[in-house]
Amino acid sequence: MDLMKVNKTAFMTNEALQNLISSWIPELEFTEEGSQFLNITVKPEQLHTLMSQLKSNNETSFDYLFCLSGIDWEPKLGVVYHLESTKHRHIIVVKISTEDRENPTFDSVCDIWKTAEFHEREVFDFFGIKFNNHPNLKRLFLTEEWEGFPLRKDYVDEINMVIK
Amino acid sequence: MDTTIKNSNLKSEEYFINMGPQHPATHGVLRLLLTIDGEIIKKVEPDLGYIHRSIEKMCERDSYQQIVHLTDRMDYLSSHINNEAVCLAVENALQLEVTERVKVIRTIIGELTRIASHTLWWGVMGMDVGALTTYFYGFRDREMINDIFEETCGARLTMNYNLPGGLMFDIHPNFVKRTKEFIAHFKTKLPEYDTLLTGNVIFQKRMKGVGILSKEDAISFGASGPVGRGSGYSCDVRKHHPYSALDKVTFNEVLKTEGDSFARYQVRIQEMWESMSIIEQLIDNIPEGDYQTATNAVIKLPKGEFYQKVETARGELGVYIVSTGTKNPYRLKFRSPGFSNLSLLNHIAVGGKIGDLVASMATLDLVIPDIDR
Amino acid sequence: MNISLNITKTITELLSGFMSEGAANIGAMVTIALIYLAIFAVAGLYLVLLERKVAAWFQLRLGPNRVGPWGLLQTMADALKLVSKELTGTVKADKFLYNLAPYFVIVSSLMALSVFPFTQEFQAFDINIGLFFLIAISSIGVIGILLGGWASNNKFALIGAMRSGVQTISYELSVGLSLLTMVLITGSLQLSEIVEVQKNGWLIVQGHIPALIAFMIYMIAGTAETNRAPFDMVEAESELGAGFHTEYSGMKFAYFFLAEFINMFIIAAVATTVFFGGWLSPFGITESIPWLGVFWFIGKTFMLVFLMMWFRWTFPRLRVDQLLTLEWKYLLPLNLLNIILMALIVWLNLTIQF
Repeated sequence: MDLMKVNKTAFMTNEALQNLISSWIPELEFTEEGSQFLNITVKPEQLHTLMSQLKSNNETSFDYLFCLSGIDWEPKLGVVYHLESTKHRHIIVVKISTEDRENPTFDSVCDIWKTAEFHEREVFDFFGIKFNNHPNLKRLFLTEEWEGFPLRKDYVDEINMVIK
Repeated sequence: MDTTIKNSNLKSEEYFINMGPQHPATHGVLRLLLTIDGEIIKKVEPDLGYIHRSIEKMCERDSYQQIVHLTDRMDYLSSHINNEAVCLAVENALQLEVTERVKVIRTIIGELTRIASHTLWWGVMGMDVGALTTYFYGFRDREMINDIFEETCGARLTMNYNLPGGLMFDIHPNFVKRTKEFIAHFKTKLPEYDTLLTGNVIFQKRMKGVGILSKEDAISFGASGPVGRGSGYSCDVRKHHPYSALDKVTFNEVLKTEGDSFARYQVRIQEMWESMSIIEQLIDNIPEGDYQTATNAVIKLPKGEFYQKVETARGELGVYIVSTGTKNPYRLKFRSPGFSNLSLLNHIAVGGKIGDLVASMATLDLVIPDIDR
Repeated sequence: MNISLNITKTITELLSGFMSEGAANIGAMVTIALIYLAIFAVAGLYLVLLERKVAAWFQLRLGPNRVGPWGLLQTMADALKLVSKELTGTVKADKFLYNLAPYFVIVSSLMALSVFPFTQEFQAFDINIGLFFLIAISSIGVIGILLGGWASNNKFALIGAMRSGVQTISYELSVGLSLLTMVLITGSLQLSEIVEVQKNGWLIVQGHIPALIAFMIYMIAGTAETNRAPFDMVEAESELGAGFHTEYSGMKFAYFFLAEFINMFIIAAVATTVFFGGWLSPFGITESIPWLGVFWFIGKTFMLVFLMMWFRWTFPRLRVDQLLTLEWKYLLPLNLLNIILMALIVWLNLTIQF
């Protein structure tokens, strides 16, 4: 069932998108299971190239990054990017993850979409994921002295957390 | 016009000023660190977190009905629409069809909320640029909407009227009559707003050409709502991804191309007219039916990821739920419109004066609890 | 004992009954100064209440109505509270200048108040350069503002004081020039003379077009002089605290605050005297009862004060650079052209006389 009704222009179906994108970079994983949109899982080293191509290519033209979320899939830490094209109105989801919980680092996409600057700071604040080439990577909501990363699943705080 | 003295012997230092968390112009607890050179702003850095309540972490432990109650407190000026976002996400995930009556009522109440939010914005906008009377006029009209809501939902600010599956209670018998009276009254008041503020020469000089945002920048910064539409970026979620009864009504998406503060102002004023037109199309024909579809007492979403977009008064609110099949979400993320709108403040304020910063910030219509969550 | 309206003479004669001539003169001066100080204080208090009531009327609410009937004792209560407040001061503030600053504004306002003709012969100080004296005295108030901002040792106060100083000095030019335009008709700077000339019709009628332009420029410039909205960027609460009087509290703050309202009264009183006939009744209806002139004078002044309050609660603020552009690029050239126009009209005898 098409969970979100879409008004289409030069809309590309998920299959067409998958064909096009897999022709750029071979080792991507595509899935539509458990989600309304096409999900792409990419390796951290290829993230920046994929993202730039997704934005600059005229057929995909994903110029609107509308959601950047950090997520803790135990044991991996990852980031989920939701992209939309304002011209063609198709939506895809890009995911990356890493097993490294001590020092997780990804490439920043601030130079591609300016909205990523604040969103990546939020992810750093709550998950501890660092981003290379970020202009101002410091905590956003919590104070500088805060220790720990609250939205991780293994975060323990006896005073502030109320567990049912 | 650049009137700075160009003389290499004169060196002016940059001042560092704090527009602190308690400040009449920052619409909530926002701290802005300004670096200014005389009157010109060199850098604006927002400092957030004063009202961070870790709503996303709380959502990981609460049931879905409880989560709906938390969303009221985020953007408290569009509380109905926030509730609607989570309810729609849950209903779509469960593949639950709600009755037509529920959809129409949700749309009407959503549009009334939008008008209430814009009226408050207008009042505060006037106050920020110095016209102190607009505040009272805006609140006077908002009171009428609050009274309608109080009769139906029982609350004036944090409504909690939507729940997954429908509405908490049916609408009050007086609802239709009072809404129609309000629309008739407000139609005479909006032209008054224009006379008082929009047409004023001083106001126009404060707003035109100030805080210019181009369309490419608006898309890149993720601006949505009237901020994006003032720059010519068509981003109305009600048009592109309609929900509830919005595909049954006809209305215009208000777009302006100048991208300055006056354009954003005009977009919001015009949106109030459009919202009234939507309500008029629906108010007389509310279909009969049930106001609630039964769900389990303990709602468990199937395994997977779900995303729902709605258009609040501020812009595009997104709810991203990752579920592993249990009764709590594994991860719930709110993509708040104010967060992206705030990130462009530095871009539009640099090079302008402090008075321009205040005017531009008022047109961004930020509600800080929405940003901090 | 002859109680005439000439108060200076009356009091001097009263006192010389039991003092020597010289002492009676000084005694008279002190008494009159005290009377004016009392008028100043009471007028200031009631002007504040009037402002609050007018603001409430525009904003569809009631205003103070609890303390005393119709809230008449409200400002008394506020004044008592201010008197009992702790006089804070910053540690590094320049103590002498910090304490001196409020007195400058008070003194300049009081001195300006002394030259007004409230009715025939009811005038404390009638010198032949009355108008010129008035303009010169009001310039002294700027010193108080600049001193207050500087001596507070506070960044925000300093910015506020600088802006205010620039604004006041710029708009003094317009005030002076527009009043000068009217002097072209009267031919004299003495305030009682100016009112006498208006027995042939108020000056705004006598001078028709240039007088009307001069009046409009005067009202704009006068509002800007006193730092009131729409020119109150200096004290704009939405921006930088409270401007130059951020660091003042208690009685010293009350001085600045009262001085602002008295300045407003003075601007309105000058406009009444020069443009609207001072204490003269329209068409001379109560000319036979000279002491009614006080009521006419107060009435006309309050109409203009109401106009200034109306401005405040309706218009948004001008930005600082827009404010200065208005003065230097628009009002000043207009004023100069207006003077030439008025000179032409007076020379060609085109004034309207009754």
